[in-house]
Amino acid sequence: MSVDLGLSPDQESIAELFDGFFSNEAPPAVARAVEPLGFDRDLWNKVIELGAPGMGSAPENGGGGASLGDLVVVAETVGRSIAPVPLVDHLAALSLLTDADLIAGEAIAAVAVRPADDNGIWSLVPTGAVADVVIGVDGDETVVVRSAPPMSGPRNHGSMPLANRSAREGARTVLGPASLFETVLDRWKLLTAAALVGIADAAKELGVAYVKEREQFGVPVGSFQAVQHGLADLPVAIDGGRLLTHKAAWALDNVTDGLLDWANNDITDGPALATMALLFAADAAVMATDRSLHYHGGYGFAEEYDIQMYYRRARGWSLILDDPTTVSLTLADRLFGSVEG
Amino acid sequence: MDFSLSPEVVEFRDEIRSIVREFVTPEIADRMHTTGVFDAPELNLELGRRGILERACPGLGKGDPIEMYVMFNELEKAGAPYDGLAVALMIAAVVNKLGSDEQKERIIPSIISGEALVCMGYSEADFGSDVASIKTRAVKDGDEWVINGSKMWTTLAQVAEWLILLTRTDLDLPKHKGLTMFILPMNTPGITVEPVHTLGTEITNATWYDDVRVGDEAVLGGENSGWRTMTTVLAFERGVMGGTNAGVPLLRHFHEWAEANGVFDESTTRERMTRSVIDMQVATLLTMRSAWIAASGGMPGLEGSMTKVFAVEAYQRASRWTQATSGPAGLLQFHEEGAAGEGFVEYDARHSPVMSIYGGTSEINRNNIAERHLGLPKSR
Ligand SMILES: Cc1cc2nc3c(=O)[nH]c(=O)nc-3n(C[C@H](O)[C@H](O)[C@H](O)COP(=O)(O)OP(=O)(O)OC[C@H]3O[C@@H](n4cnc5c(N)ncnc54)[C@H](O)[C@@H]3O)c2cc1C
Repeated sequence: MSVDLGLSPDQESIAELFDGFFSNEAPPAVARAVEPLGFDRDLWNKVIELGAPGMGSAPENGGGGASLGDLVVVAETVGRSIAPVPLVDHLAALSLLTDADLIAGEAIAAVAVRPADDNGIWSLVPTGAVADVVIGVDGDETVVVRSAPPMSGPRNHGSMPLANRSAREGARTVLGPASLFETVLDRWKLLTAAALVGIADAAKELGVAYVKEREQFGVPVGSFQAVQHGLADLPVAIDGGRLLTHKAAWALDNVTDGLLDWANNDITDGPALATMALLFAADAAVMATDRSLHYHGGYGFAEEYDIQMYYRRARGWSLILDDPTTVSLTLADRLFGSVEG
Repeated sequence: MDFSLSPEVVEFRDEIRSIVREFVTPEIADRMHTTGVFDAPELNLELGRRGILERACPGLGKGDPIEMYVMFNELEKAGAPYDGLAVALMIAAVVNKLGSDEQKERIIPSIISGEALVCMGYSEADFGSDVASIKTRAVKDGDEWVINGSKMWTTLAQVAEWLILLTRTDLDLPKHKGLTMFILPMNTPGITVEPVHTLGTEITNATWYDDVRVGDEAVLGGENSGWRTMTTVLAFERGVMGGTNAGVPLLRHFHEWAEANGVFDESTTRERMTRSVIDMQVATLLTMRSAWIAASGGMPGLEGSMTKVFAVEAYQRASRWTQATSGPAGLLQFHEEGAAGEGFVEYDARHSPVMSIYGGTSEINRNNIAERHLGLPKSR
């Protein structure tokens, strides 16, 4: 038969393993405890024991050889738990890096998602505050720089370990032309999309659990239709985002010269699908956290409740690349061709 | 997950595409908009002649079960009038599942040959969302049933050969229990059809039943089992017989016009277009999921609700912005000089509202998701 839209047995066990791991080792209190930096070294050490940092690397380099289809499952569990470990960035960076200490996770890699400025500075690099190695574009080259992480950075909405990093100071290696970096960025978009689906899913769960418990007018607030309908949109956006993310992974894993035939809704081009997934999943995460927070009433606004942590990360993770309009205009060029002149 | 179609399915899809190229002409589109009948007999006959309808009919065909989705998705993306075919094939599947051998022999061949259409009489003037409360009566009289009452929105009744009719047969049972479904020829004496004109050009009907007499051969799925038959009908529809990618031809028509008129260089247009392309892709993936669940032997009722809520609203968003972006040209109708998207932009703005109403409104679908997927208490 054609088409199989269920998780493979491998993916099922990966989801179970990582969901189990993060719910034991990284309940939201763990993320809360390491704010504002957003990095927990002990937790990262446990992630290393799982073999996760090198999961996607080639077996001949000591990696796990997992497909992107498997890595999106992992990334979704990271999002669901908002675990303060830079696994998404690290896995994306490793699409071009093969250093043994990175594959083992002893050193952490970050992706400079925007090119360096004229002075060779990558600004607001996600995971930049804690990464030993940064990969990105400087001028017309893809470069990797190894330098000491600052271990601090600007306090930010998503409590992410952001920092400016130099593309020129430190041990710098030129990997090739700037175009080489596209693979890394595609993978970063894909895994970030999956993590945002995870955030959306967790926010939905929090909201649904809350409205079943909370009573007003003598009944659970979840019995009011206005509340129900606001929540009913969430699984739709989550499932849609998950399917799109998996399709992008499938295309990046399996399809070369994929289709961009939007006029017949026939799109199998991996890079386009990865950007589509990021834009869609970002909206899903923003909507899910908005609504879930709102249906908590005043408590949703209280720092003590966890939903606010998801709310901030949904925005942080989805805006760190660029504003969505700019991202969608870049995608428009790929889909429709660029504007002349 | 695997998103690839097998070589056989790709071949099947390509065959549909070549038929579409030959049969879905501008004349056919014109005809559907002048007659108000969303059906193309020559297309149905060709699909029947080539054995495609039989192959795609759930439970009957020998093809890959995903093929029904593939067929309707191709027809919808091409802008073909496929509404009649969708209903007919769905009912053929229901007859195949619940009908007697005699019913199967009498009814199915006329449908899978592409000759006969079926219309559906469930809704009444006073009962739409609450369809289990309908009042049209069927009363046993010796060996016969006598049917009296009226239906509203009996689409395609003016052209269909068969009618599937939901009636009340037992007043003492709870509302879902006292219903019986019939399938009967439209030319049975006592049936009257009056047209109802709509915003979206389509002409539907009000139908009246005055002492319509049929025998037990017309009962489909058993006396007082009408609700189970309804559930089976909906399970076969499952949001995979089109209705989830209506924005695709609209975007194509709009794009052609926008390119030619310099509107497509504007970044607001490009951003909106990109967003709609993403929506259409998600809509088709959700549809494909329902098809895949059905093909794997499941009943994607809930997933169908999810697909429908998302897909129709995505289409409505696309319709809203394409018309606004077209400005005055988005007001001009088919064949008017300068009409945006050759008039489709204006037309879709008239057609899209119905999509969140018929076949279960968006509110009913959200109730379904809230109760069955999120496990929330029955709403108040
Ligand atoms: C063009 C067209 C073609 C059609 N073709 C057919 C056909 O071939 N055969 C057939 O049998 N029917 C057909 N229908 C009927 C269609 O299925 C009904 O219109 C639909 O089920 C809604 O019922 P209603 O129109 O009575 O609206 P109502 O049920 O009166 O609904 C009015 C409004 O109230 C909302 N509402 C109702 N109940 C609830 C609730 N529990 N919670 C929240 N909101 C609620 C609805 O969402 C809607 O917005 C067709 C309709 C149209 C417009």
